[in-house]
Amino acid sequence: MIQYAAIVLFVLGLYGLVINRNLIKMIVSLNVMEIGLNLFIISIGFVYDGVAPIITSTNTVGAVLFVDPLPQALVLTAIVIGVGTTALALAIAKGFYTRYNTYDLSKAEEDL
Amino acid sequence: MRNEVKKVTTFDIISLVVGVILVFIALVAINAKKLMKAVLFLSGLSMLSVVAFVMMKAPDVAITEAVIGSGLVTALFVFTLLATKKKEETK
Amino acid sequence: MKLKNLLALFVALLLSLSIILALSNNTLFPSFGNVDLNDRVSGEYLDQTNIDDVGAANIVTAIVVAYRGFDTLGEVTVLFVSALGVALLLGSSAKQKRLELDFKPNFMLRVGSRALFGIILLVGLYIILHGHLTPGGGFPGGTMIASAILLLYLADDRFRAKIKGFKILEGVAGSLYVIIGLLGLLLATYFLQNFLPSGTLGDLLSAGIIPIIYILIGLKVGSEISGIIDNFLTEEESA
Repeated sequence: MIQYAAIVLFVLGLYGLVINRNLIKMIVSLNVMEIGLNLFIISIGFVYDGVAPIITSTNTVGAVLFVDPLPQALVLTAIVIGVGTTALALAIAKGFYTRYNTYDLSKAEEDL
Repeated sequence: MRNEVKKVTTFDIISLVVGVILVFIALVAINAKKLMKAVLFLSGLSMLSVVAFVMMKAPDVAITEAVIGSGLVTALFVFTLLATKKKEETK
Repeated sequence: MKLKNLLALFVALLLSLSIILALSNNTLFPSFGNVDLNDRVSGEYLDQTNIDDVGAANIVTAIVVAYRGFDTLGEVTVLFVSALGVALLLGSSAKQKRLELDFKPNFMLRVGSRALFGIILLVGLYIILHGHLTPGGGFPGGTMIASAILLLYLADDRFRAKIKGFKILEGVAGSLYVIIGLLGLLLATYFLQNFLPSGTLGDLLSAGIIPIIYILIGLKVGSEISGIIDNFLTEEESA
């Protein structure tokens, strides 16, 4: 069920990116897409009746079933890169507001 | 076709509820008229996805998304939106 | 909603339905939860001899730093480039002052937030240091340190951190990461090899170079994001 919700979240973010004309709403839709994608990648690695992949005195390799640790490592990288992308996009939006005095792409006047 | 009926566990019920609420909050965040409302609903979506990460037994990812989604991305959006208020006042 | 928006929403939901149908009856894509780990690469990461070789109790940490350490170096580079871009767009070489808003915090907020700043900093340092034993590591710990600095910026409208010191710290931490990789090339066989001894599983000083690299990553990420926040909240001093 989480996998279906993640795919629908990704597609809704794509719809929001195409339909909006305001810069801030476009960046919000980009973030919604990234959340959906991270949820989908982690749901690939889930095992029923598994535990988190940390070795303690009771959870050793032979005794207990673990979930897949590789998608979690990839998503950790992807979340931090998403923060970097969002920060740069917001800096560009702020510079756009200083120049054209609006956030709306269709209302920005052309400079001849 | 399945021959036996699969038992509905607590995990299935919670994941169904969380999935439906996630899709609703995303729809409101994309179609909101005011910008501040969209940013606040994005922050709520981030927090709910931390619940989904903990359910799928991924503690590293949950801690990272909680700190980044609640503190940093929301603060950066609000600082960008403050620039509009400031310019309107000095005019 | 307008008709164009409704049509676009319908096409988007049709796309999601086709993705779900394509993935559901597939022999190459296992259904949710019924995965056999020995068919994948992760069967080797969860092998007892490999775990004793690296020495970290947190297997995700071992993958991020030891097995795929080169990808983490690329991620640190991407963060550095984005912080560079923000500083280029929003900073300037003229003298800068804090953004003027019409909201002035009072005395209680300004002084009381200093106590909370110490607690958040301590929790962030704990998460960085115990990255190979408990969940967490360098990335969430570094952003927690940046959140503590964000608290000080929000509670006091005359506060500016020492940005020069942060930039020097960021540069030194990044260079030390590459130098440790080059030391692995000189003293042992390949770039970023684990050349310190592994120790016993579960100790604080175990797992080779993993705690050292996580401390460097935590300091670098924390000072980068503090620099980004400072760039967002300052403007040029109009003489």
